[in-house]
Amino acid sequence: MANNKKPIIEMRSIVKRFLDVTANRNINFTLFPGEICALLGENGAGKTTLMNILFGYYSCDEGEIYIKGEKVKLSSPKDAISRGVGMIHQHFTLVPSQTVLENIIIGMDDEKGIFLDLKSARVKLLRLQERFGLKIDPEAKVWTLSIGEKQKVEILKALYRDVDILIMDEPTAVLAPSETEELFKTLKSLVREGKSVIFISHKLNEVMEISDRIIVLRNGEVMAEKKTSETNTKELANLMVGRDILERVKRKKVSLGKPVLEVNELTVLNDKGLKAVKKVNLVVRENEIVGIAGVSGNGQRELSEVLFGLREPVEGTIKINGKLLRTGSPITAIKMRIGRVPEDRIETGLMMDLSVEENMILENHISPNFHNKGLINFRNIHHFSDVLIEEYNIKTAGRNAVTKSLSGGNLQKLILSRELDGKPNLVVASQPTRGLDVGAMEYIHQRILKEKERGAAVILISEDLDEIFTISDRIMVMYEGEVMGDISIEKASREQIGLLMSGVKK
Amino acid sequence: MIGLKIIKRKPLPRWAKIIIPLCAILATLILSAIPILIARGNLWKSYYYLFYGALGTRYNLLETFVKASPLIFTGLAVAFAFRAKFWNIGAEGQLLAGALMATWVGINFTGIPKFFLLPIVIISGFIAGGIWASIPAILKTKLKVDDVVSTLLLNYVMIHIMGTLLFGPLQQPGSSWPRSSGILEAARYPMLLARSRFHLGIPLAFLAVLIIWFINNKTIFGYQSKAVGVNIKAAHFGGINTTSVILKTALISGGLAGLAGVGELCAIHYHLLMDISPGYGYSGIVIAMLGNLHPIGVLFASFFFSIVLVGAHTMSRMTGVPTYIAEVIQGMALIIMLIFLLLTEYKIRVVRK
Repeated sequence: MANNKKPIIEMRSIVKRFLDVTANRNINFTLFPGEICALLGENGAGKTTLMNILFGYYSCDEGEIYIKGEKVKLSSPKDAISRGVGMIHQHFTLVPSQTVLENIIIGMDDEKGIFLDLKSARVKLLRLQERFGLKIDPEAKVWTLSIGEKQKVEILKALYRDVDILIMDEPTAVLAPSETEELFKTLKSLVREGKSVIFISHKLNEVMEISDRIIVLRNGEVMAEKKTSETNTKELANLMVGRDILERVKRKKVSLGKPVLEVNELTVLNDKGLKAVKKVNLVVRENEIVGIAGVSGNGQRELSEVLFGLREPVEGTIKINGKLLRTGSPITAIKMRIGRVPEDRIETGLMMDLSVEENMILENHISPNFHNKGLINFRNIHHFSDVLIEEYNIKTAGRNAVTKSLSGGNLQKLILSRELDGKPNLVVASQPTRGLDVGAMEYIHQRILKEKERGAAVILISEDLDEIFTISDRIMVMYEGEVMGDISIEKASREQIGLLMSGVKK
Repeated sequence: MIGLKIIKRKPLPRWAKIIIPLCAILATLILSAIPILIARGNLWKSYYYLFYGALGTRYNLLETFVKASPLIFTGLAVAFAFRAKFWNIGAEGQLLAGALMATWVGINFTGIPKFFLLPIVIISGFIAGGIWASIPAILKTKLKVDDVVSTLLLNYVMIHIMGTLLFGPLQQPGSSWPRSSGILEAARYPMLLARSRFHLGIPLAFLAVLIIWFINNKTIFGYQSKAVGVNIKAAHFGGINTTSVILKTALISGGLAGLAGVGELCAIHYHLLMDISPGYGYSGIVIAMLGNLHPIGVLFASFFFSIVLVGAHTMSRMTGVPTYIAEVIQGMALIIMLIFLLLTEYKIRVVRK
């Protein structure tokens, strides 16, 4: 249908290099009015880079961009917006303490004098909301909104600036299944009203559901361009990773042992002093992986922080192998042999400016193996880190390489090597594969399964349902601080978990 | 239109860490030509006398060592604290605390042989500086008080404590000046070379460089304080007692600054004076930055500073350029070093719009 129209965007032979990495090589991309075009690819395939070029964030090293038939040079997002291109990032750029309306008009240059013209802005906003069916109270403060609603505000913000082309960067990554459905309705109404949408994703099912046309990127190159009606997930998966990923990680059947972790009536406050975890009870046994699903922000972070020794609960107890865990001390957590994989590996897990080796010894640098009366035993440390680099197949220039030179997957392997080396009783992994490519993800899943087979109890906290279903033995859902469900993997269905994630109890 | 864009660059290789301060010093000397020319000095003559005055004769060379000693101590103090991201701007106050304590011990501990008294004086000065620095460290770790502000303001607190004492109980009987009695002969640093002021504090400063280098690179504590400096959140997560590390770092840092004060008192002035330090504590900040927070770097940066300080006098006598040029050069060195450090992480690109 779209092919007989003139393209609204044409990007020709785009090349973009970062230092010695080529993020985009010779990419041609066209977008037609009134279509949803999906950019499909793994993390690091170059999707976001390409779109950041179109949005004026980056300038391309080679290539040309035509918008509505006119050759353009975009030097800032402002340029792009003035030509009708809007982009919505994964992380929202809203001011929480201000209202929806204030957020929408923020940064607009057309104010008259020093006064804001809120009245006419409101009229314009309401008209837009009606036209596209985006219901939201313009006077609501942004911090009171759910993530799905915040995303709507971002979309309205773009529409308010009269964009014709909307780039959505992995918009569903942060949404619950029901919110995703809502988003898809919105996108369809946008297209109906003549707008065009570029939908960046690595999720095959979503792409199949929402798009008219799919462009698959891999390693910075276009692998294929397909009409959605003429392809299927299997073919796309092959194009995306160059091999068959649908083959699942193999797991052995292991019988469960005694309880390792016993959480009893745990209540935890968040940084704002509000109850983030409410009277949670939880038991994890030897040889068992319990997956805790849920949209982030429902208390998972606070729960994991208690187990990491970073946060003290206000009520409740935690026992490890029957012994009471003294909370609020990372040192105790390490001594009780809890393997801890934090959600923000760069901020909490690693010292990016130190060497690989210095990060590896972090948790047991005071072990007598590594020092003699305070003097570092370099020989043992070198040996220790060489063994771990080898064993975990960490790709690095060597133990002395600065940690920030490692890729995301290798950073996570570095953390795993440190955390699993002491043969932990309990492993707490929070979003262990977020942002990683398929290869690294598989490795980490296998490694976690291996821990379970060894006898560890594992808690896997993740937003990624695929991940939860791939390796868990039992699934629970965290919603508004409560842990619900408790469904064995054999009986669990995605629909059921999805409903629980959006707060619908059975 | 032409605009500038600041872009992050790849980490520089190791040798850059040595080359960059040298380039900064070179750039400082080149740019210092401007104020020298404004002061109507002959450029070549000025630079010649600057270096001749600091290095040209035996006495001047040894004077350069004398001036370098307190600078090495304060530079090390700041560098050691900054490495753990304890922003100690208070070396000046800690220096005075050290000098004050040494004065009290040096006047009152009579009848103790030099062999014992001198170590007591040195250690008490170290402890006094360390305690003065640990106040902001406790405030930082327990109450999250900003250390830049508290260390800086405590300098003034110490100046006023010293003033109160020098106009009161510590004032030399019969003197109308704010100065203390002289310290005991046994509390004075021995002079190590004849016909000069080359005193015990100089080898002590070199020893301190070695010890700090050793702590930084060879000990578990050095590892812990580096970890705290690089990412305190990760250090805490990894089981390091960050409060204790910051406290110990502050103690050592303040102690080093205290030793600068002890040296000035026991080797140069023998009486505590209000202006016992012409801002050595503040120069220490510049020296630490110029030395890239590395003890060996601090050593070289201290000598650069003392060359400029000592040489400026000769230059002034011979060419008429005021000695204030020394401070101009110091200030310029800091700014240029900061710019250079920025350029090691970022590059600036000209873009045409």
